[in-house]
Order: sequence, then structure tokens, then C-alpha cells
Amino acid sequence: MAAESGKIDPMHQFEVTPLGGGFNLGGHEVLFTNSALWMVIAAVVLGLFMWGGMRRQLVPGRWQAAVEGFTGFISNMMMANIGTEGRKYTPYVFSLFMFILFCNLLGMLPLGVLGLHPFTVTSHIAITGVLALLSFSIVLVVGFWRHGLHFFSLFVPHGTPLPMIPFIAVIEFISFMIRPFSLGLRLFVAMTAGHVLLKVLSGFVINGFNAENAVIGSVVSLLSFTLMIGISALELLVAGIQAYVFALLTSLYINDAVNLH
Amino acid sequence: MPQIAQLTADNWYLASQLFWLLVVFAGIYVVIGRGMLPKIEATVDARDRKVADDLAAAKAAHAAADKLDESYRQQGDASRAAAQKAVSDAKDKAAKDAEKRLAKVDAELGERLAAAEADVSAARSSAMAEIESVAAEAAGDLVAKLSGVKIAAADAKAAVKAVLHG
Repeated sequence: MAAESGKIDPMHQFEVTPLGGGFNLGGHEVLFTNSALWMVIAAVVLGLFMWGGMRRQLVPGRWQAAVEGFTGFISNMMMANIGTEGRKYTPYVFSLFMFILFCNLLGMLPLGVLGLHPFTVTSHIAITGVLALLSFSIVLVVGFWRHGLHFFSLFVPHGTPLPMIPFIAVIEFISFMIRPFSLGLRLFVAMTAGHVLLKVLSGFVINGFNAENAVIGSVVSLLSFTLMIGISALELLVAGIQAYVFALLTSLYINDAVNLH
Repeated sequence: MPQIAQLTADNWYLASQLFWLLVVFAGIYVVIGRGMLPKIEATVDARDRKVADDLAAAKAAHAAADKLDESYRQQGDASRAAAQKAVSDAKDKAAKDAEKRLAKVDAELGERLAAAEADVSAARSSAMAEIESVAAEAAGDLVAKLSGVKIAAADAKAAVKAVLHG
């Protein structure tokens, strides 16, 4: 949102700025940043949302029904993809899904109108990559814990003809190792692209109204603004879908580790 | 792109992001994932179980009602059949009684008729005998009066008997 000499930098919104509170952790300086602030906000909002659904009534109210809708959504997904053993991993996948969803949605809030700077935590590869690595590590730990070295048979699908095994195994191994990158990149790219697009369009709106030719400028502004409304709706959808995709793929990967084909 | 530029440019960037992500996510996992989620799932499970139980109870009650209805109907059928049987038994008995009484009366009447007939025939035969003797006497008298011949009573009797009995 920084307007330096009339130019609007669409990437400025992704900058992590320290807000203070630095301390040293094993030789690395750890600062409380705007990114950390929005993580905390997401956690608090998520906590409040969940707390509202904890009345545990037999006939749920609206809020409780909403919370139970989310928990039921993830439980059913785990049940469908993994089976009864999936229940063990529901807390992790649910936390993952809700954290990503709330970070995505909070980053979409039009708080810039109030002069605040919303920050999308999930638009950083450092965050999504770590979450993806976390899911990948769980898959590895669970896989080797349950199946030992037999877990390597994951790279040889059932019914592979014998001469094909070396090639298939290599391909399967590469696709397996790529999982954390694709998982983290997908979310990071979707969030970044959406926010850049919105910011570019909002730059058009502002620059249009400031243009020398008021008529053409206004037309550009109005068209861009209309487009922004539509794309904002689309971005809300993407925020939900990307959180869902992350959780779904995590559950599918865990299924590989638990059930091994 | 600050997301990548800051990775190398700011030495605090990665440590801060990782630290706060792990703190916040661990907090969410422990408090929400492990603390709140199982309670909410337990509530949902309890509700599902209650609904299933209630449905099962309703089904059982329905079956019981059906059974009761069936037994009621069977009872009704049975009592109706019993009533019909009682009625037909009574009818049979009444008919048999009437028959017996009728037969008795019939037999009595037959007896009386037979006795009366016997009486009549006895009276007739005695009357016949009397007629025979009177006729024989009269015949004897007639013969004596007409011809003056005295006939023995036995001869007159035989002659009369021959005439009477053809």
C-alpha cells in the first residue's frame, strides 16, 4: 500500500516487519513480527470460534452447529480417506486446516480501509513449507514406525511388471519426495497470486482516479473496482479450497503411511 | 518478492517465522486439536448414538405394537370361533334333545297304539267268539224251529265257523 511517487508496490504487503520483542535463540535473533502477530490473531479468533461451539448441547445452536460442521467435515474426510485409524490424526489435520483457513481468511479482511495492514501468514513459503515438511515428517515417522523398511514398498505399486520395477520405483520415489514442495508451494503461490492481483487492481482504481484524463481514469477505476469485487469473492473461495486441499493431501499422504496401498 | 528476498536478506526472518509458527501451531494443536476437538466429537458421537438408540427404540415399540395388534386380532378370532362353536354345539344339543324326546314320545305312542290295537283285536276276537256262539245258538234254534231237527251245539258251531270264516 506504500505509494512511493505515485507507484503502488503490490509486493509490499508481503513484507515481514519486526514489531519488536527480540530475543536470542541459539544464535538466531527472534523478533515479534507482523507475521507473528497475525498468527496469534488467527489462533485467538480460531480459539474463540471453537469456544463458542463447546456448549455441548444435544440440540446444537447455530454456532455449535457451525463448529460441529467443521469438525464433522474433517472427521468424515479422515474416515473416508484413512478409515477408523484416521481418528488418531484428526487433531493434527483439523488444526492444520483451521489454522490455514483462518490465516487465509484474515489476510483477506479489508482492514486497509481502517489504516491497518492485514498480513496473510500463508503467503510465505517459509510458513507453508514448514507446514508441508511437518506433514511430510509425520508421514515418514508413521510409515517407518508402522511398517519398518517395508514402507519402501510404497514405491512399487501392486501389479507392476518385474522389468518395470526399477523405472516405476524411481518415478514413485521422485513423486514422493516432491510432495512437501508441491504441498507448500501450492498454498504459497495461490495466496500470493491472489493478493498480488487484488493489489494491482486496487492500484488501478487509485491511479485511475488520480489520472489527468478524469473520464478515462474513472472508467478504468470503476471497471477495476467491479473486477475486484468478483475476484475478492473468488479469493474467499480459494482461501477455503486451498486450506481444504492442504488438509486433504495431508490425509491422503498419511493414508499411504498408515495403510501402505 | 519479499517472501524469498527476506529469506536471505534478513537474518532474523527465518528464525522468527519458524519460532512463532511452531509456538502458535503447537498451541493450536494442543489446545484446540487435543483439547477442544475430542470434546466436540464426543458431543456429536453422543448425539448420533442417542438418535440411533431412539430410532431403535421407536422401531422396537412399533414392532411390539404390531405384535400386540396381531395377538389381539388372533384373540378376537379365537373368541369368535369359540362363540360360534358354542352356538353350534347348543344348536346340536337342542336338536338332539328334541330328537330324543320325539323318539321317546313316538315309542310311547307306538306302544300305546300297539296296546290299543291288541285290545281292539282281542275285543274283536272275543266279540267274534261271542257272535259265533250266538250265531251257532241262533242257527241251532232256527234249524230246530224250521225243521224240528235238533242239532248238536258243536255241529252248529262248526257250520257257523265255516260260514263266518269263509
